[in-house]
Amino acid sequence: MMLRLDNVTKVYKVGAFGGKTLTAVDRVSFDVPEGQVVSLIGESGSGKSTLGRMILGLVPVTAGSITLDGAPVRPGKEYYRHVQGVFQDPFSTFNPVFKADRVFQLIREAYFPAATAAEWDERVRAALRDVRLDPDQVLGKYPHQLSGGQLQRVLIARALLLDLKLLVADEITSMLDASTRIDVLNLLAEIKGRGLGVLYITHDLSLGNYLAERTVVLRHGTVVEMGATDKVFGRPLHPYTRQLLSAVPRLHDPWEDAEPVTSCLYHDSGAAGGLAEAEEDHFVACARLEGCREERLEGRPGGRPEGVLKGRLEGRLKGRLEGR
Amino acid sequence: MTALQEAAPRDPRDPRDAAAPVSGRREALHFALRNGKLLAGAGVVLVLLLLGLIGPLTIDAPPNEYVGPPMQGPSPEYWFGTTTFGQDVFAQFVYGLRTTFAAGLLGGVVASLIGMVVGFLAGFRGGLLDEILNMLTNIVLVIPTLAVLLIINAYLGIRSVAAQAIFIGLTSWPWAARAIRAQTFSLRGRDFVDLARLSGSNTWKIITREIAPNMSSYLLLTFILLFGNSILIASSLDFIGLGPTEGVSLGLMLQNASQWSAMQLGMWWWFIPPGAGITAIVGALYVANVGLDEVFNPKLRET
Ligand SMILES: Nc1ncnc2c1ncn2[C@@H]1O[C@H](COP(=O)(O)OP(=O)(O)O)[C@@H](O)[C@H]1O
Ligand SMILES: [Mg+2]
Repeated sequence: MMLRLDNVTKVYKVGAFGGKTLTAVDRVSFDVPEGQVVSLIGESGSGKSTLGRMILGLVPVTAGSITLDGAPVRPGKEYYRHVQGVFQDPFSTFNPVFKADRVFQLIREAYFPAATAAEWDERVRAALRDVRLDPDQVLGKYPHQLSGGQLQRVLIARALLLDLKLLVADEITSMLDASTRIDVLNLLAEIKGRGLGVLYITHDLSLGNYLAERTVVLRHGTVVEMGATDKVFGRPLHPYTRQLLSAVPRLHDPWEDAEPVTSCLYHDSGAAGGLAEAEEDHFVACARLEGCREERLEGRPGGRPEGVLKGRLEGRLKGRLEGR
Repeated sequence: MTALQEAAPRDPRDPRDAAAPVSGRREALHFALRNGKLLAGAGVVLVLLLLGLIGPLTIDAPPNEYVGPPMQGPSPEYWFGTTTFGQDVFAQFVYGLRTTFAAGLLGGVVASLIGMVVGFLAGFRGGLLDEILNMLTNIVLVIPTLAVLLIINAYLGIRSVAAQAIFIGLTSWPWAARAIRAQTFSLRGRDFVDLARLSGSNTWKIITREIAPNMSSYLLLTFILLFGNSILIASSLDFIGLGPTEGVSLGLMLQNASQWSAMQLGMWWWFIPPGAGITAIVGALYVANVGLDEVFNPKLRET
């Protein structure tokens, strides 16, 4: 299984008559391979959820393409057999007038109409035990009678009932308390062992670090840095990533408070457009942020780096890394 | 009440409900039977409804027949007394109840159906459809109902109870559509709608199985208010002489009582029964609705 995003762009129409537009996601390209957790990190409003919802087919893509195993996303019953999501607010994900286990019933109606009640009950119980829940404690309860952690696990269990290839987890732990959070994260780490890909969306760097093989850092809808998690976290190249890593509690401070950026490492190397491959599996965008973001994006349509660029950049980046 | 079936919070065909130890519907019933407001409100409505249904069967003469001595107060023979012309007020009352319920029910159902279809579609789909439906709603909202009714009466002379009720239904849905639209609009962004999509549900299934049940008490409130509203409008139209030309209704009784100066002549038995009947039906509907809200909303239930 491989989910591939290629220059995915989302432009929302906003304003009273839809006259204005807002580019929430701008030419984003990355892959989510099988059996891996990819964390998508960015502060709130950076377009993470929009990306997740486009992958889930809940929001149409403005430009670019999303493919699963080479086939374009066609939202509908078949697609959702393989791609599922869990959202941030567990209490909003359950219809409060129904018991929580109704989410399983919807899956049964749509995908397993032939299953007998006894068979189905056994499958649901097995899935609940897989996510470390006691079936008797959650079945037959209303959502408000369960905790946030229990509800998120019920939703993961629901997804596991299907022939799942990709799970989009959009800030699924942000409303949980610290100890529950770790349990749910461990659960995610466990289910990737089943060979499915997980897109783990978060604004919390430490959580992304915890379980992801690969990390994508998103800012204002564009990717500023991405690659293997140990590389992105161990040798952050982009000033924005560095700021995030050095000042986690100051995540929402304006950029001006941080180290001023005067020169663009990326531009100085003569690169034009896209991301530069600094080292194997480590890509970085232009560092001058606002100023040359536009230039960069106008350059080349593809977000994928070019070989030529790589050679030129490497030397400079190395120097910079050593100097630090 | 067919319109309301869709609004029921649990789907009777839902196999899980049937399989569960205590089915959802039985659970709702369990709480309904312990809710004083619902029991009292529904009780009053039911008693009056039964009176309207069964009462006329026990009365031999047509309700407008001059059967007794004129201007008699209540007596064992004429429970609610007689009119200036010797008509039996009790006979008129039970027949009038029947007509009034019929007009309210038909008007309420028509208005609820239109209001739900328009409100759900506009609120859930949004965009151009929403704007078109909104425009339609506003147009119907500002139509001077009374003037139109006068014209219809003058040129078409449609004056049956059913025609009156349908007319009321066709003109009284806009506020319901607006309320349902607003409610739907706020629900459609909730994550459970997305989860239903991720479970393969289409728009129709999401509206009927997620949105409508979520606002079932709201839809019942709407229906019950439309029902009561239709009764009030029908009675006022009757009272000002724009009602059905034949038969008898609570509003027509009031009109006759007023026309023949029942109040000035101290014939309280002529105007109090129809007035109290209308008030009791509308008031009881409201009280029953508050009770229903508590029954259907598990959160209200626990407090
Ligand atoms: N349905 C929508 N219509 C218009 N703008 C939206 C919509 N959803 C999100 N946005 C805007 O897109 C940007 C990215 O939002 P989002 O993807 O929710 O960010 P994140 O999940 O990273 O916090 C924000 O500026 C937000 O206001
Ligand atoms: Mg978000």
